[in-house]
Amino acid sequence: MKHILGVLVENNPGVLSKVSGLFSRRGFNIDSLAVGVTEDPAISRMTIVVEGDSYIVEQVTKQLNKLIEVIKVENISTDSVVRELALIKVSATPSTRNEIIQIASVFRANIVDISQNSLTIEITGDDQKISALVDMLKEFGIKEMVRTGIIAIDRGNKMIKVNNNSMNNGEE
Amino acid sequence: MKITCAQAIIEALKLEEVEVIFGYPGGAVLPLYDSLRCSGIRHVLVRHEQAAAHAANGYSRSTGKVGVCIATSGPGATNLVTGIATAYMDSIPMVAITGQVPVDMIGRDVFQEVDITGATEPFTKHNYLAKNGQDIPRILKEAFHIAKTGRPGPVLIDIPKDVQESLIDFEYPSKVDLKGYRPTYKGHHNQLKRAARAIEKSMRPVICVGGGVISSGATGEVLEFANRIRAPVATTLMGIGAYPSKDPLFVGMIGQYGSHAANKAIDEADLLIVLGARMGDRATGKPEEFAKAANIVHIDIDPAEIGKNINTNIPIVGDIKTTVGELLNFDIDRKDWASWLDTVKGFKAESSIEEYWGAGLDPVHIIRALSSRCDDDTILVTDVGQHQLWAGKYFGINTPRTFLSSGGLGTMGYGLPAAIGAKIGKKDREVVLITGDGSFQMNMAELATISQEGLVIKIIILNNSTLGMVRELQEHYYDGRYYGVRMTGNPDFTKIAEAYGIEAIKVEKRGDIDSAIEKILESDRAIIGEFFIDPDANVIPNPGRWDNETHIRRIG
Repeated sequence: MKHILGVLVENNPGVLSKVSGLFSRRGFNIDSLAVGVTEDPAISRMTIVVEGDSYIVEQVTKQLNKLIEVIKVENISTDSVVRELALIKVSATPSTRNEIIQIASVFRANIVDISQNSLTIEITGDDQKISALVDMLKEFGIKEMVRTGIIAIDRGNKMIKVNNNSMNNGEE
Repeated sequence: MKITCAQAIIEALKLEEVEVIFGYPGGAVLPLYDSLRCSGIRHVLVRHEQAAAHAANGYSRSTGKVGVCIATSGPGATNLVTGIATAYMDSIPMVAITGQVPVDMIGRDVFQEVDITGATEPFTKHNYLAKNGQDIPRILKEAFHIAKTGRPGPVLIDIPKDVQESLIDFEYPSKVDLKGYRPTYKGHHNQLKRAARAIEKSMRPVICVGGGVISSGATGEVLEFANRIRAPVATTLMGIGAYPSKDPLFVGMIGQYGSHAANKAIDEADLLIVLGARMGDRATGKPEEFAKAANIVHIDIDPAEIGKNINTNIPIVGDIKTTVGELLNFDIDRKDWASWLDTVKGFKAESSIEEYWGAGLDPVHIIRALSSRCDDDTILVTDVGQHQLWAGKYFGINTPRTFLSSGGLGTMGYGLPAAIGAKIGKKDREVVLITGDGSFQMNMAELATISQEGLVIKIIILNNSTLGMVRELQEHYYDGRYYGVRMTGNPDFTKIAEAYGIEAIKVEKRGDIDSAIEKILESDRAIIGEFFIDPDANVIPNPGRWDNETHIRRIG
């Protein structure tokens, strides 16, 4: 089962390697990892998608919390706002170009670059939406694709914030 | 007034009350050594950087303070690695300082450059590459704080040479501000209440103490607690010394090489209270078979250890001294305690040691002869192998911080430098090293450090000219197909000792054991006793029997 973890970390050099190293060292599988700075420039936020049962997720969470530069780890439910951005370069000839543009517009994706024999499409959405577009584009020939990995944010008032309380007390 | 970073480091070490540093100089720490020269802090020059880390470990474990070691960049730093990993696995507070090539040379593979923060990341509690001199006071403050609080561990600070030479305004911070590091000391009240109720209802409780009891200084509380609830007390290897072995409730060490009584008690327990132990594989055997009939209360300051190896019914995150103190406040009244204690007494009676008739000296006899002549304050240091387990099982340790052994990593070569650290930390105590001919040769050069510093360390080599532990495993699990275990090129250890100006005696006859041990303990100088033990002696005489009874599955 997939789990989405929102992780607040100190914005220091080396922190990414500490986090990614922990995953490989302890045999946890990362599906994707996205990182960027938050509203506080001293703090970065990672969104890590991890595959595993509840034991694995508990271990990942606890081990992440042990890293000094990790400030907070929260499990984000999958019905939260979950987005990923992909850039897809598709083969396009004058005869297929219009059809591709139409497919893109159905997905509310943007054409961000065009050439004699290719179109580059930018799409934002969850994993399913991007996969669906990729499926539609396959028959034209995908020349290149790049994805950012998922970022996610809780709905409504729920949020991941730095607090000044001590760590949780083992009561799950 | 501005001072160099090297001076700032020394000032910080003084403010952290560091009295001794174990180190080995080199190009990238020259500025630091120049400042160390007239600092008043004692510097102990070792013969290999690994020994500097082990000595800092031994110093820390015997005194409870943070051990400090220094090495230069490149090979100096990589030589520290085994020592740092050893400290990490046993949760020993240590600050390791390494020199690094100048900042603008980093990443170019220049002479003696190595990425030591990258290399040590998996087995340091935290590490720093200090690229900016102005950060040095904060980093030193944080490093000591992180090393000694929460679950202790080693912290490495890598400092480029030009940073050491840079000028800064020195102001040592009075506190740290680490958003992501706030260890929990107090136990959760409701969880403690649940534990108290479970204890009250239990018919066959067992307490298992680990190294956490020693590092939190909780022996007094645990002793009171065990006697209050009248539960037998077992220990892990790292927990040896956490509970007095002479206390009637003590049943010995659990696990693969543990005592019959401890393993049997855990097998039959209906409640297991684990205090400051990570319940590693050597302690539990197959986790699904371990303490099958028991509810488990697990108290540890590291939340990640709870539920990692064994399932826990009542998890409590907190410091052992604090939480056990809190548990003592509950009015726990166990009514039917006598029959379980009788049963456990029966387990203890079942494990007798058979009379020994092998060729060569009996190692257990030597350990017992030694133990009977040592007081409870004697610091016993071991290396790794059969002698370690004989010492752990048969010496009988009664005081915390008097049994120093590489538990988690099992580092051969730990003993001699750790004994050096212990003797420097506790100069008025008797420090005895029990080692084997294999382990001893791994850091034998440190005999020079002993001579140089005039340390009175008593060294007992149980010499079987064999890597005994490996030989034993080959006997039990590879049908005696011995390979790579005979140490045929061994030197005459008494001559080695003589070359370093250290007295030494050979003991070959059973009748000479007692007088030799008396001579060793009475000596007011360092001395080596080389005891020629039976090369066929095993820690576990009959593994099959223990497998069945305790479900301990050996990994080998």
